[in-house]
Amino acid sequence: MSEKVLLVDDEEEFTETLAERMRTRGMDVSTTNSGANALQMVDDENFDVVVLDLKMPGIDGLEALKRIKRRRPDIQVVLLTGHATVEKGVEAMKQGALEFLEKPVDLASLTDAIHKAKATKMVLVEKETEERIKEILHHKGW
Amino acid sequence: MKQPFTSDGRAGVRGRLEGRSQSDLPVESRRYSLNLRRMWQLTALLMIIVSVGPLTVMTAIDYRVTEASAESEILLHTSRVVSNTKMAVEFSLVERMAALDFIVEDNSSAELHDCARVGEILENLQASFTGFVDLGVIDSSGRQFCYVGPYDLAGVNYSDQAWFEDVQQVATHVSDVFPGFRRVPHMVIAVRHDLPGGGFDVLRTSVETSLLQNLLSNLEISGEGDAFVINREGILQTSSRRHGGVLESLDLEVPEVAAATRVYETLDPDGVPLIVGYSYIPNTPFILMIVKQKTALMEPWSATRRQLIGLLAASISIIVLVVLGVTSYLVSKIHWADKQRVAALHQTEYTNKMASLGRLGAGVAHEINNPLAIIKEKAGLIKDLFEFSDRYAGDEKLMGIVESILSSVDRCSAITRRLLTFARDTDTEPVAVDLSETITEVLGFMGKEAEYRSIAVVVEIDDDTPVISTNKGRLQQILLNVVNNAFAAVENGGRIEIAAGREGPDRVMIRVTDDGCGMSEAQRARIFEPFFTTKGGRGGVGLGLSITYSLVTELGGTVSVESELGEGTSFQIRLPVAGSRNGGAVR
Repeated sequence: MSEKVLLVDDEEEFTETLAERMRTRGMDVSTTNSGANALQMVDDENFDVVVLDLKMPGIDGLEALKRIKRRRPDIQVVLLTGHATVEKGVEAMKQGALEFLEKPVDLASLTDAIHKAKATKMVLVEKETEERIKEILHHKGW
Repeated sequence: MKQPFTSDGRAGVRGRLEGRSQSDLPVESRRYSLNLRRMWQLTALLMIIVSVGPLTVMTAIDYRVTEASAESEILLHTSRVVSNTKMAVEFSLVERMAALDFIVEDNSSAELHDCARVGEILENLQASFTGFVDLGVIDSSGRQFCYVGPYDLAGVNYSDQAWFEDVQQVATHVSDVFPGFRRVPHMVIAVRHDLPGGGFDVLRTSVETSLLQNLLSNLEISGEGDAFVINREGILQTSSRRHGGVLESLDLEVPEVAAATRVYETLDPDGVPLIVGYSYIPNTPFILMIVKQKTALMEPWSATRRQLIGLLAASISIIVLVVLGVTSYLVSKIHWADKQRVAALHQTEYTNKMASLGRLGAGVAHEINNPLAIIKEKAGLIKDLFEFSDRYAGDEKLMGIVESILSSVDRCSAITRRLLTFARDTDTEPVAVDLSETITEVLGFMGKEAEYRSIAVVVEIDDDTPVISTNKGRLQQILLNVVNNAFAAVENGGRIEIAAGREGPDRVMIRVTDDGCGMSEAQRARIFEPFFTTKGGRGGVGLGLSITYSLVTELGGTVSVESELGEGTSFQIRLPVAGSRNGGAVR
């Protein structure tokens, strides 16, 4: 089962190239160039992982992260930044980002982060499913 | 003093950078704006002139005024003494002349021609006055026809004597002193008595000069004074203490004729200054003189002057000493303040330079980062494409090129990442930060490395370490940089100590000590400069400590370093408890 990834960055060339490379590694990658579009796409499709650039015009990475987490808490978010500080990292983690990577990112570590995110999401989803099954069993106990 | 001119701009910049790390270069001395030596000289001179000048002038004026007043006092006093003495001398002579006048008026011509009567008169005279020795009566032909006295002078003819001529003119004659027959100094007083029927008699008497001598000798005269009588030829008529005995010639000039008492200054033959007062005694050939030693008279005044001048000299030496002392003290204070000022200027310049470099670097890095990310991904894509294509997969050269691009991008991004830490947010407020907690958090980042390299990390936080108000993110960054630096310095199995505690009422100090390689003095001087690294090929770009420096400065603190080559390094970070003055953010 391939990871369904949404890549968000205002540099189209960057997203396109990265997406192509990730696709060659078997991931299902969509791209967009603005935070607003990303939110729309998250609503429409079921992504496993969103890779967000921290600094974007309009809705920036942290804002997008907050909104995505509010809409779909199970979606895992990896933040990319050209400008990493300990403080920003802590802030991002508090908002529920799974990983905080510095640009230019190493594809291997990004792939690792995505795998980890996918796994985390699977656990969450399984847990949710389990709970739902338990609930069904509880309510409709034969 | 100027920077050497070079056609190579970079060499010039390099020269300046090196110059600033050696603060005792002569180029720095230009920056002391004040010529201290000159200032010291001017101030001392001016203060000495304004304090000593008036003092000296006042003393000089006082000297002259009191000298003049002392002299005039002496002259006045001498004049008074001369007047009084003259009156006494004149009186005693007039008294005797009056007595003779009385005798010639009281006795008839017949009685005066009676030698027994003359003898009676002499006895009466001697009973009433001292000094009368004999008495004679001379007729108009000059023959002494009656004489009473100790000598046999009866019948002597005086007609050819000068005094006899004189007495015919002036009625009363007083002679100069002369030794006479008895070798005793005496003088002659003669009084003319006109007879009713024409012709005249002359009453003549000898008077001993002991009369005058006693009068003058008993006079108490200040200034080793000398009172005596001379005649108009300068022959002493009474003996003097210093100017010769009776009938000797006076060693001073005969003063000019004057009706009143006069006082003048002169020098005696030995050059000793004298004050001379004199008065012509009327109707006699006598001049009364009083001679005083000026030096002796001025002695009380001189003694006072000597004391005053001594006092002046002492005051001047004290003033000069105090002025020099105070001036030196003040100038050294100014020198110190000037040095402080230059140091502060230096510090500001350095901080500004660092900040500008930081802003520049961060700006450049930010702009470069995005294209760098694209290059990296494009190169990665090329690599991917090659790997998946049969045609190029085995092409070592192409793969090598791509790898080289990728590794170069990695190197670039390592630099931009560090540069970017210069660009920080401006809106973070200071928060309460517990040092112990923050140090533990930071060490969490390094935990794995410490374990892997078996480095002992010891943390010692004093119990009284206060919670400080500062920017937590920046503090974390600072600690991370310094600890990172320590990790880079120590060998595997080394030891790093982190201590924190209160330093003074409003500061805390964090000390990070390692037992690593340490550094030389030259390295230590440049350690906070950007792009200065001792890590060589081991991945450092030389920005960590430069960033740390500007971060600490921004938090209102200071960072210093002690290091011994081969012994280890110790960083001390001092931070204010109450947060930095500018709220922890400038940019």
